[in-house]
Amino acid sequence: MKRAMFTLLLSVAVAAGASMTERSARAETPVKIGIVQATSGGSAALYGLMQKNAAELAIEEVNASGSLGDFKLVGIHQDDGGDRGQSVNIFQRLINQEKVSVLLGPTLTTSAFAADPIAQKAQVPVIASSNTAPGVPDIGDYIFRTSPPESMVFPGVLAYVKKKFSPKSAAQIYGIDDALMKAAYAVHKKALDAEGIKIVATETFQKGDVDYSAQLTKIKAANPDILVIGGLAEETANIVRQARQLGIGPSTMVLGANAAISTKLAELAGAAAEGFTVGSSWFIQFDNPKNKAFVAAYRKKYNSDPDTFAAQAYTSVYVFAAALKRAGGISDSKKLRDAIAETKDLDSNIGPFSFDANREPVIVPKVLIVKDGKFTLATD
Amino acid sequence: MSTFLQQVVNGISLGSTYAVFAMGCTLIFGVLNIVNMAQGAFFMGGAYFGLEAARMGLPAPLALLVALIGGGVLGMLADLVVFRTLRARGGHRWMGLVASLALARMMVGIAQEVFGTQVQRYPQSTFLDVAFEIGGVRIQLLQVVILIVSVVLMALLALTLQRTSIGRAIRTVAFNEDVARIVGVPVGRTMLATFFLAGALAGASGMLLGNLFNVVSPFMGEQMLVKGLTVIILGGLGNVPGAVAGGFLLGLIEVFSVAYVSSSFRDAIGFGLIFLILLVKPTGLFSRFEERQA
Repeated sequence: MKRAMFTLLLSVAVAAGASMTERSARAETPVKIGIVQATSGGSAALYGLMQKNAAELAIEEVNASGSLGDFKLVGIHQDDGGDRGQSVNIFQRLINQEKVSVLLGPTLTTSAFAADPIAQKAQVPVIASSNTAPGVPDIGDYIFRTSPPESMVFPGVLAYVKKKFSPKSAAQIYGIDDALMKAAYAVHKKALDAEGIKIVATETFQKGDVDYSAQLTKIKAANPDILVIGGLAEETANIVRQARQLGIGPSTMVLGANAAISTKLAELAGAAAEGFTVGSSWFIQFDNPKNKAFVAAYRKKYNSDPDTFAAQAYTSVYVFAAALKRAGGISDSKKLRDAIAETKDLDSNIGPFSFDANREPVIVPKVLIVKDGKFTLATD
Repeated sequence: MSTFLQQVVNGISLGSTYAVFAMGCTLIFGVLNIVNMAQGAFFMGGAYFGLEAARMGLPAPLALLVALIGGGVLGMLADLVVFRTLRARGGHRWMGLVASLALARMMVGIAQEVFGTQVQRYPQSTFLDVAFEIGGVRIQLLQVVILIVSVVLMALLALTLQRTSIGRAIRTVAFNEDVARIVGVPVGRTMLATFFLAGALAGASGMLLGNLFNVVSPFMGEQMLVKGLTVIILGGLGNVPGAVAGGFLLGLIEVFSVAYVSSSFRDAIGFGLIFLILLVKPTGLFSRFEERQA
């Protein structure tokens, strides 16, 4: 009896061993993806968390689909807290210790300017999904983004507003200590000048400010037809709300930067957000099968709605996966980079997606207006 | 003219939240002579206590009471866990500073875990949208209410300090701990009570500011701590009326530097002016230190 038991155990062990060797024969090649998104640190975390979620969702989907054969995507998330010093440390760690094949992020443009040169030097491709200031891909030929810069979307928005409401004067308010917002301000100003709209007031604020009443009182006195805000979602929400509370009426139209698009905006600003207008590469009801699948999967997994940056982070993973397939491996980083650069009309959740020669995204921008607390596509 | 008056309203409204917070700071820093870097964390904690209470459907005055008591309890815990322990072991003042800094960081970390890092707002209500327009000056009902609440809190604190036995005990401890012990004042309990008062004021101002500006986040206390320190230096350490006046003054200085100079220089002018005031009057604008000699 004892002997029979032993034989049985032995045969089980052998069988287990056999199946183990069988599995290792079909070894998966892990492809490490560094996800550098702020999940703490105020405003930045608003965008970072959703991008991390969306990227992880896309990685799961790609792995489950089996479209990459033996390659298995492994996402490694690190929180930089929206602090560029941290971004630099994390880039170094992910590149030198984790040996990632690609970096997704970082959340903020200021972090990108600090950390991307490290990846460029190490020849590790970076695909950002929320850096929208000018010049980010100019850091080097390994730096890409799926987030369209403000200069690609704002002129379209302003043209729409001009056609519909023919405004004569504008006021600007923007975050002076944020590279992205300073850049957005310049883009807004250029577009306003180009449309011949007179700028009657220019005000600034700083990160962490909560009271904008002094600036808005000055703007109110200038009585502009439109107010252009260069701020992140949470700042923009408060500026819009305080502007309306100070009695800047609905005759003053409020336009925002691309970076202000977040489901949080309407939630924080409440009724004051009505009519807030902004340009985007994406919106949640965007009628496209890939997008519908993305939104449904995101809702199911995270119990909340994704925002534009989340959509772009999701796109980034698919852009990378398609490039990885074309490159056929990760050993040659130059080949991988070239494959990413060659992305053309990829059927993605934000519509047909390509990179131009400057590694900027080529997409069709859309004009969005907040209606009943939700971003909706503007009607002509 | 209406723009000028509007800016005055803006400044007073901002200043009222500074004043309430600074009163708590001056009790701890000035009266007890303790450097407590967790004061901003009590402020943040109070805002969340109030927020959770409001979300549970409690009416605003009760939610404010929850914020007050919640902040006060945090203050007492800080004293029991950090300052009393350090005092008992003969720790240097600077150790309290570092320990309270650590406590503040921990509280921010806990808030991040419990409430998330995203900015939250108080539940919407029609009350928040009521505003009057008098001669082109727009005043929100909320601003008026917050100003009244601030003034009431200030009066209550003044009464407590001047007219109650605990207030007398606080003033005696502030004058000299050893003397207090000799005349039979329970020093430990008095300090605990002071921490409760300071925490409660911080918690209340957290809820007021959270309501006024619609921002509740784990990080809201950090900037406020700097403002609070500025105000008490401006008003004179340990001087409660000075803290109140300093709070309103800082609010007005900030608003007017935006209004008449440039919004880019808001902090540079605000703090620059304070620097100048200190050079001219190093003990603060309103300092008489009479409370310490009481």
